[in-house]
Amino acid sequence: MSAPQHLPVGREAGYPDPDPGRSLTERPRHPVLSFERAGLTFPTGTTALKDIDFDVLPGEFVTVVGPSGCGKSTLLRVASGLQTITDGDVRVATEKIGYVFQDATLLPWRSVRRNVELLAEIAGVPAAERAQRAADAIDLVGLTGFEQHYPRALSGGMRMRVSLARSLVRDPQLFLFDEPFGALDEITRERLNDELSSIFSLRRFTGLFITHSVAEAVYLGTRVIVMSGRPGTIRADIRIPESHPRDPDFRFSKEFAEVTSQVAHHLREGHSA
Amino acid sequence: MSASSSTRQTLLRRRRGRVNWVAPLLVLLIAIAIAYLVSYLVLEPSRQFLLPPPHQVIAVFFDPATLSDIAVGLSRTALVAALGLAAAIIIGMAWAIAMSQARWVEDSLFPYAVILQCIPILALVPLIGFWFGYDLPARIVVCVMISLFPIVSNTLFGLRSTDPGQRDLFLLEKSSRWGRLWRLELPAAMPAVFAGLRIAAGLTIVGAIVGDFFFSRGTPGLGSLISTYQSRLQSPQLFAAIIAASLFGVLVFFAFGWLGRRVVGHWYDF
Ligand SMILES: Nc1ncnc2c1ncn2[C@@H]1O[C@H](COP(=O)(O)OP(=O)(O)O)[C@@H](O)[C@H]1O
Ligand SMILES: [Mg+2]
Repeated sequence: MSAPQHLPVGREAGYPDPDPGRSLTERPRHPVLSFERAGLTFPTGTTALKDIDFDVLPGEFVTVVGPSGCGKSTLLRVASGLQTITDGDVRVATEKIGYVFQDATLLPWRSVRRNVELLAEIAGVPAAERAQRAADAIDLVGLTGFEQHYPRALSGGMRMRVSLARSLVRDPQLFLFDEPFGALDEITRERLNDELSSIFSLRRFTGLFITHSVAEAVYLGTRVIVMSGRPGTIRADIRIPESHPRDPDFRFSKEFAEVTSQVAHHLREGHSA
Repeated sequence: MSASSSTRQTLLRRRRGRVNWVAPLLVLLIAIAIAYLVSYLVLEPSRQFLLPPPHQVIAVFFDPATLSDIAVGLSRTALVAALGLAAAIIIGMAWAIAMSQARWVEDSLFPYAVILQCIPILALVPLIGFWFGYDLPARIVVCVMISLFPIVSNTLFGLRSTDPGQRDLFLLEKSSRWGRLWRLELPAAMPAVFAGLRIAAGLTIVGAIVGDFFFSRGTPGLGSLISTYQSRLQSPQLFAAIIAASLFGVLVFFAFGWLGRRVVGHWYDF
């Protein structure tokens, strides 16, 4: 029944060790996000998550792949504090959380620039600083020149870039993505994957990225978690040593093919179970 | 994305199609021809006042004395309607915002909005005169009562038209309730609010004219003028006053359409 707790990021920050019982070799760095046998049963009786148990360490980019309806969105909502679990524990070590939804969720009456400034505006960041940060974020997602456009004049891919920039303005430490590129065509999706990979290596946030595409999960993840449905549980947790920013040719490497087939195998296994 | 932009294309095409003036003009000419036919051929000369020939009506607009009566009446009616609409906007939007902020407020107040809509306002007009006197305040109250509902219901609908993702965004950033109202709910409501305003503006003119029929104090509005002409069987003047009232209604309708496009046109096909 616990809401996510906000714990300090690390001992460097001068905070006491939140868990002195555990040895340093076991957990070299404090996780930014940690699920401890977390479960969630909705009042309707649907168990969306069961026995979710994993940590996300600083600098990791964890991708979660699973069939639709298996509880992926719920997992993110729990991590962000939008949803409260009913079993186990969830700890989040930062309050600076970025969240990119499946829909761009832009405000159609605001220009690109004013959409990107929105979160900073809500947080009360002074106008001059807000404008500077928005300009940086717009530059980072490659939308310079489109500041005065309105969302309805943009393509789906560009809207997602605006959505990404909007969260980047808040300089999140933990960045949650809920199938952000799921509605895009494959070419646009691959370009955005490349760009996200380079933004990740520039900004060094910690990522938790939901997708139903195996290729996307393997291409972006430093770790791929395979989920299976009803109730949502973790099937596999696979490390990918390849560094960021990813080389677009990584998609055609032998390693990529191997991990992809491994993930696909776990997915199929989870499905028949 | 492509689907929504192609819908917009269709809408634009349809709007452009509406600027076709030839067909409606033709209908007008036919109506005028029928009016002449009825006036001269169907009606006996002694009963011609029931439908005067159109040129007699048009002549009224060139008669300075009558024209100035109509202009004064129209300006008075416009003033009453404008004050009534302004009051209805303030009351209606405050009412809707209050209902949008808490479920229990909506549960306790929405039934009255519906009842207000169901009351035949005309039945209340004599009572309103009784309570508020037979001058400007009573006229304004009639306007407010008749135009309030579309403002309340459209504003409430608009405030509720935000999507869950947008609300989550504000929750995540721990926005205050007022911040969310100001940055999300009110802007999202604007298209619906302007659609409601356009309806309300038309109704408020009805209210101003109806008020004249019942309340006799103060300078006469168009409604008083209309009942005077009717009782004196000044048929061309009566028709001219009715046409002036109608043109005013059309003007107001288009003015609010224009205003709506100015305010939300950059993001909504109003
Ligand atoms: N608010 C809710 N109330 C009840 N059931 C819900 C709610 N949200 C999600 N669910 C159910 O939880 C399951 C997981 O949903 P979700 O996390 O959206 O899946 P995914 O994102 O993997 O497609 C689904 O069966 C869904 O119907
Ligand atoms: Mg989902």
